[in-house]
Amino acid sequence: MDAIQYISKRLLLMIPILFGISVLTFFISHTIPGDPARLILGPKADPVIIKELQEKMGLNDPVYVQYGRYVSGILQGDLGNSTYTQQAVVNDLKRYFPATLELTLFSMIITVLVGIPFGIISANKKDKIPDQITRFAALIGVAMPAFWLGIILLLFFYLQLGVLPGAGRLDTWVSPPAHITGMYTIDALLTGNWPVFQSAFIHLILPGITQAAVTIGMITRMTRSSMLEVLRSDYVRTAYAKGGSQNRVLYGHALQNGMMPILTLIGMTFGHSLGGSVLVESVFSWPGLGKYAVNAITYLDFPAVMGVTLLIAVLFIFVNLIIDIFYQVIDPRLKYE
Amino acid sequence: MVRRIFSSPLTLIGFILVFILLFLAAFAPLIATYNPLEVNFSNKLQPPSSAHIFGTDEVGRDIFSRIVYGSRISLKVGLLVVVISFPVGTMLGAIAGYFGGLVDQIIMRLTDIFLSFPGIILAMSIAAALGPSIENVLLALAVVWWPWYTRIVRSSVLSIKNAEFIESSRALGAHPFRILFKDILPNSIAPASIQASLDLGFVILAAAGLSFIGLGAQPPSPEWGAMLSSSREILREAWWAATFPGLAILFTVLGFNLLGDGLRDVLDPKQR
Amino acid sequence: MTLLEVKDLKQHFTINKGFLGKKTTVKAVDGVSFSVNEGETLGIVGESGCGKSSLGRSILRLIEPTSGEIKYKGKNITDLKGKDLKDLRKEMQIVFQDPFASLNPRNTVRDILEAPLIIHGVGNRKQRLEMIENLIGKIGLRKEQLSNFPHEFSGGQRQRIGIARALTLNPKLIIADEPVSALDVSVQSQVLNLMSSLQEEFGLSYVFISHDLSVVQHISDRVAVMYLGKIVELAEVDELYSNPQHPYTKALLSAVPVPDPKQKRDRIILQGDLPSPVNQPTGCTFHTRCPMATAECKTIVPELREKSFGHWTACIHV
Repeated sequence: MDAIQYISKRLLLMIPILFGISVLTFFISHTIPGDPARLILGPKADPVIIKELQEKMGLNDPVYVQYGRYVSGILQGDLGNSTYTQQAVVNDLKRYFPATLELTLFSMIITVLVGIPFGIISANKKDKIPDQITRFAALIGVAMPAFWLGIILLLFFYLQLGVLPGAGRLDTWVSPPAHITGMYTIDALLTGNWPVFQSAFIHLILPGITQAAVTIGMITRMTRSSMLEVLRSDYVRTAYAKGGSQNRVLYGHALQNGMMPILTLIGMTFGHSLGGSVLVESVFSWPGLGKYAVNAITYLDFPAVMGVTLLIAVLFIFVNLIIDIFYQVIDPRLKYE
Repeated sequence: MVRRIFSSPLTLIGFILVFILLFLAAFAPLIATYNPLEVNFSNKLQPPSSAHIFGTDEVGRDIFSRIVYGSRISLKVGLLVVVISFPVGTMLGAIAGYFGGLVDQIIMRLTDIFLSFPGIILAMSIAAALGPSIENVLLALAVVWWPWYTRIVRSSVLSIKNAEFIESSRALGAHPFRILFKDILPNSIAPASIQASLDLGFVILAAAGLSFIGLGAQPPSPEWGAMLSSSREILREAWWAATFPGLAILFTVLGFNLLGDGLRDVLDPKQR
Repeated sequence: MTLLEVKDLKQHFTINKGFLGKKTTVKAVDGVSFSVNEGETLGIVGESGCGKSSLGRSILRLIEPTSGEIKYKGKNITDLKGKDLKDLRKEMQIVFQDPFASLNPRNTVRDILEAPLIIHGVGNRKQRLEMIENLIGKIGLRKEQLSNFPHEFSGGQRQRIGIARALTLNPKLIIADEPVSALDVSVQSQVLNLMSSLQEEFGLSYVFISHDLSVVQHISDRVAVMYLGKIVELAEVDELYSNPQHPYTKALLSAVPVPDPKQKRDRIILQGDLPSPVNQPTGCTFHTRCPMATAECKTIVPELREKSFGHWTACIHV
């Protein structure tokens, strides 16, 4: 079977998953709260108004009718209106998504650039000092409450030293670059706007590091164990026996094969970063999906919370899908089964 | 075996950290020097001193005493979430792995759906739907956590279900449920139990995160995440208010992680 | 008297391959017939992958036979279900190959031996323990060892525990699937001798499955030779070993080492590998490796025929 067939099969298998996700989010938003109308209007609302809204929302219809309406709404890009911003949730998501994507991508880059090399060093120096230190650091990273790390970094670099900005995506005196991707650093580069790029970049540093701390720990550990497995294998020993130099064996043979499971983990950490954005963005007042969701929670703005949930879930499974496909295409052993 | 567990210094540290947590939770009223909820405005924003070793917060409450009492909340959430989700996940995983076929398909697609959400996001929306309270966070986390155990148990069941001693039980006419409980589960539960001990830490971390964004424990509860959340208002004046609750979370998660890793090294030497 | 009768038994496995569910069939057992008399040992010998283990498991109904008929004491047991199947378990038991995998590592020997009695509701706890203590003496272990775990025993001891477990319910027929293959040669004969003496004491019948020709010769009354899911030759043990008819049997026997270096032998070296049971050759499945093969062998499927009294062969050239 060829790659195209495999990809179409995987896309086909997405349908039941997306169906399941929609059932779950429907259940959360329509069944758990007992009365979504009351949830939208708040606990102190007038019962008459609640009754009106119940009628308007069709809450007295059978469940499957409500589900049908919910799904057809989603398919038409209708996620309801935010009770807080008074905007269509879809429009809000479009507005806040680029900021989250920018932060997530930046933290993923840090994660890969730091985590993989340290994992390799750790595996190569197994049980020696560098390995011990790396493993301990990774352990701390995994156990670290990211939202606390963010606060501590703010305390030190912003309040104490004053070398890095504390909140937002840009300095107040800088206006955002022309909207191309919505990611300020990239848009600034594309338009050649150097000062804006600088401002956008230094604002990314603290939240990026905060976001990356946990995922670096995860990637380092995975790289280490994956490399150790490969280094123990017969073909690596053969390569050494043939007289291959350490670097050649390490980067030529071992890394290539050790990368496979790491790739899968990168997909998982992407999901972790998206999830963590809820916490990190609210520490740094980063105007992305996470901050939007947390505001929504504060104002009991339920359609907005569900909109973010749905978007992040869909993003997460598509990223994993892409990684899976990539994985299959580059690993000759897996025969699309 | 006990000696092998503690032969690693890291595992010993983990054990000590967990022990301290249990000790604080058990004897909180004896250890805490103040009432964790007692407001004393004349004493607000005091830096760490001999009277208040972790300082006081914006309304003059003793942060050390609050952290001590907070250990009870965190421990309760961690334990209850694992106690609810572990048996559910384990049973579903064992059933899926052993019976296979349609049952397996249904259970595994269900876990796929739950795992296609980043855990904290799904827990956030469930907790938001239930309404903000620590009990609802607990429930939401339990709903999110079980699929991990299902996957782990299923794969270890698959690896032993064709072992000859299982076949022998079948040849002896044992009922499938007898085989499941007497032969399969006892031999496939170790990896999931290790995960559960690690998860105690991660559940506490997640619950603190949800409280941090306003979903879990509500002020004035001395929950660590909620304390961190309100410390942001006074960050400029009182570094201690943010530092110590965070350290408490970090050491708790670290303790369960180290202990879980130590268990893994002993029970499953291949992972090292 | 005939205890077990197997008629045209087939055990096919379907494997789903690929996205659109291309199904391929593996014919592990493909039309096997034989019978076992009371108190007799029937040896079944063949290379690994010839379907002999599947045969044993489908007789016991551990896997469901695709077609064919299995009769026990004249009664058709192919479709037994529920309580009837459970009752049959008391009559037929199995001894496995791997003494390290066949005992639950978390149970003591007492648990392992008591389980069959509990499952079938035999006696009360005290009676069951008496039965177990009685049994453990017969396999040469001590009562005190009952509370030990499997890993505290040697391979031979474990295999004897496996045999004891099979005997707890007083069965008439034991399927022994390579019971000594995983053991050291010195331990093999101990276990074989134990099996022989238990056979006399309890009046057991064995279906003894092995790839080892000399082990089979040692213990069997009659021997069936299997190749790719089919029996190609079946005869009394002495007849088969002294006067093999089928070219495959001849080749197998010529490969057995002989202790006398001066004895002249013609070794028959088989060409090629065992074909995959997925793509079986047409006609006689052995023709691809047979030194006597002719053009007809590619088309004619040879039947198992009684060529002389009690000596059955499936080859058109014999």
